[in-house]
Amino acid sequence: MGAFVLLLVIVAAAALIAVGMYNALVTLRNRCDNAWSQIDVQLRRRYDLIPNLVETVKGYAKHESGVFERVTQARTAAVNAQGVKAQGEADNVLTGALKSLFAVAEAYPELKANQNFLMLQEELAGTESKVAYARQFYNDTVMKFNMRQQIFPSNIIANMFGFKTREYFQIEDEVAKGPVKVQF
Amino acid sequence: MYEQISRNKWKSAGLVAFFVVFIFVLVWFFEYVTGWGKGGLVLAVLVAMGSAAVGYYSSDKIVLGISRARPVSKDEFPYLYNVVEGLAIAAGIPAPKCYVIDDTAPNAFAAGRKPETAVICVTTGLLEKLNRVELEGVIAHEMSHIKNYDVRLQTLVVVMAGVVALLSDWMLRSFMWGGGGRRRGRSRSGSGGAEGLLVLAGLALAVLSPLVATIIQLAVSRKREFLADASGAMLTRYPAGLASALRKISADAEPLEAANKATAHLYIVNPLKNLKGGGGVNRLFSTHPPIEERIAALEKM
Repeated sequence: MGAFVLLLVIVAAAALIAVGMYNALVTLRNRCDNAWSQIDVQLRRRYDLIPNLVETVKGYAKHESGVFERVTQARTAAVNAQGVKAQGEADNVLTGALKSLFAVAEAYPELKANQNFLMLQEELAGTESKVAYARQFYNDTVMKFNMRQQIFPSNIIANMFGFKTREYFQIEDEVAKGPVKVQF
Repeated sequence: MYEQISRNKWKSAGLVAFFVVFIFVLVWFFEYVTGWGKGGLVLAVLVAMGSAAVGYYSSDKIVLGISRARPVSKDEFPYLYNVVEGLAIAAGIPAPKCYVIDDTAPNAFAAGRKPETAVICVTTGLLEKLNRVELEGVIAHEMSHIKNYDVRLQTLVVVMAGVVALLSDWMLRSFMWGGGGRRRGRSRSGSGGAEGLLVLAGLALAVLSPLVATIIQLAVSRKREFLADASGAMLTRYPAGLASALRKISADAEPLEAANKATAHLYIVNPLKNLKGGGGVNRLFSTHPPIEERIAALEKM
């Protein structure tokens, strides 16, 4: 009788631990999804800022239509990009186009003194770093999630319920790895 | 970086554990000397918790009030808000509200019991004197204090220090009144020298324990500073930014008028500028580790 009770206690404890591990895995999976959508939120903000920026610069530098077109095109491409890799690449193109836009602005002192332009520039810089931080947080969360699935004993639960490891967000382009430098 | 973070977490946990053991030893002597039993401990814990609860629930408002900090909007300080929001994303916590102190001395602190209600406060001097990477380093340090629930831990430690102070105070009083019932009763039965030695040890403990409690409390505070530096660097992935900010802040000779002894421990760098180097006793009684050591730890990452 005593042995039976002991067995029951052990089984109950094991079940409780298993439930805890399963719930931890589900929580982490949801956090990964949330972190991923946070990147989209920031990217969307970045895209929303660009038309305003283009309009402001246009008001001072009417003759640089080539640059405006490139930025607008790159933005459209980035908005419509599907998939992690395509998104990353389209974003790099957009970053390059924006660089040349700011280089153009360099030649117009009145533009550089424009309050609206300065604000947009700060907002854009802030949003760019937020995109980077959101990606970093996504990777941190993915690391925790993957680690949970690989370490003993929660790997047993992960295998049993078919949890899959996530991929890290990586930037292949060497140039894009460094911080975006806007020269003035 | 990972090692520094876990090492500092373990160290502060170890200090808290040591504190608990210390309190138990004290309670044992306390029972022995005064004969009050466990009731004394319960009373001491309740009194200490009561006084700390006031601090816990209103400390952020008091601190912001004392420091003459004002809440600012995003339109007013877009630069500050962008940095704070970015690092909140990196830390995975809601963006704290921003406060500003109008003072040219560069410094910053964080307050609040939990991430949802936390605030980050910086001086206007900090915004003027640091560049973006350095500011990000400082804000990341404060963000880590919030994320690591340092206010909560600090409150716990303050409660424990309070318990020690009360117990030792009551012990000293009971000595003055000629000791509690139990001790007298026993010494009459005459168990001799060991008895006297224990009483002497109890007396020494009663006198010294508040001092020990303060030293542990400050050691915890210093470990949390190291921890916030390391996990802040983890957020920005750029320890050099914070290192250079610390150098700039400590090189700035101007004292922060709004800070006083009660709030000094909150700031990223001691705002009172009595940085007399890392000598033995000075070091035991300082709330922050020496700047050079913090910079060295950051450069090792």
